Amino acid sequence: MNIILIAISAALINNVILSQFLGICPFLGVSKKVSTAAGMGGAVIFVMTIASAVTSVIYYFVLVPLSLDYLSTIVFILVIAALVQFVEMFLKKAVPGLYKALGVYLPLITTNCAVLGIALKNVQDDMNILESVVNGMFSAVGFAIAIIIMAGIREKIEDNDVPEAFKGAPIVLITAGLMSIAFMGLQGLIK
Amino acid sequence: MGKLTERLKNGIVTENPTFVQMLGMCPTLAVTTSAINGLGMGLTTMVILTLSNFMISLLRKLIPDKVRIPAYIVIIASFVTVVQFLLQAYLPTLNESLGLYIPLIVVNCIILGRAESYASKNKPLPSIFDGIGMGLGFTIGLTVMGIIREVIGAGSIFGYAFMEKANTAIAEGGNEKLADFMAKQGLFEPIGIFVFAPGAFLVLAFVVAFINHRNIKKAAKLGEKAKLCELADCASCDKVCASNPNTASESEVQA
Repeated sequence: MNIILIAISAALINNVILSQFLGICPFLGVSKKVSTAAGMGGAVIFVMTIASAVTSVIYYFVLVPLSLDYLSTIVFILVIAALVQFVEMFLKKAVPGLYKALGVYLPLITTNCAVLGIALKNVQDDMNILESVVNGMFSAVGFAIAIIIMAGIREKIEDNDVPEAFKGAPIVLITAGLMSIAFMGLQGLIK
Repeated sequence: MGKLTERLKNGIVTENPTFVQMLGMCPTLAVTTSAINGLGMGLTTMVILTLSNFMISLLRKLIPDKVRIPAYIVIIASFVTVVQFLLQAYLPTLNESLGLYIPLIVVNCIILGRAESYASKNKPLPSIFDGIGMGLGFTIGLTVMGIIREVIGAGSIFGYAFMEKANTAIAEGGNEKLADFMAKQGLFEPIGIFVFAPGAFLVLAFVVAFINHRNIKKAAKLGEKAKLCELADCASCDKVCASNPNTASESEVQA
């Protein structure tokens, strides 16, 4: 039951982008087309799930026993960077089909602060390894939902007559603000 | 000395990281719920940026080119950890309100970007000033955002609740009718949504639109085409961070 609560709250209520502001950069940058947004979303789900598992295993089996938990920021960012490289190489060799679909987005993910943010949040909130994996995976699902909706709206905005000064970044930010208001309405789901 | 002041001006005005380059969006949106938080985050980032610029500039000839990005990340992450300890010890309230976003300074594009594009190629002293300039630019950006959101969303500025004070002042000044009217019309009611998540997006949108509007006007006077604020499509950072340059350029084409 707890696991389901974590999943819903990670994906919808505490949406990584719209309420925690993690991963804003790809959300604004890679959301011009639905197809690229979906690719990015898929890549983030893939990496974030693995990264949550690996970082929480390292935290509980290496850092805590050696009482080095204050080093978690340094260790996590290096683990994530190495992991992204490793996943890229592994996919290229083992699952070329999936690599073709996600490959180009993988290097972008190292700079995605959502991955490090969720990994740090997992250990900060004392989640066990299973809970961390669920939290990581569904946070990424929330990311995918938000970026795909955003891309759908931006494809429509292209045809609209936007005031000169609001073209480009401002109209995208206003759209994000309205989406964020809509997602605030989901807060009543869990009481 | 001219070069050093030029560095400062470059960071604060010409290449302002928040409003011109639109980098480091996560903290810009997340921690600017009040002016003091924005200021605190900006200064923390500035300290880390200056220290890491200095260190990377000192080590620029020792770090092999192939492993420079991981090396930079380790240096930045170490400074972030140190600064986090200092905040925990001396400014616990600020540490609490910034929370998760302090360790996330590690992945702030601005810091890695300056390391790669400036500190790795220049002497320590200019690098320090580059860090201070960029850091101040970022601090100003965050503080402006924080002030706007706090004024509209909470009716206060740096914690001073001026709306409430104004309301009671009118009532005490014997003008109870006016105070009553104000209260009924909700004129002194802050708009709470501006300190929540949606407000961050909206305020930044209008600030950027304002800058665009000024640029358009300026360009129209000169008869040129205006340069609008463009979203950094992460490319600036990816170039820095992707250790495999081929995949990075490929992804830019795709995106």
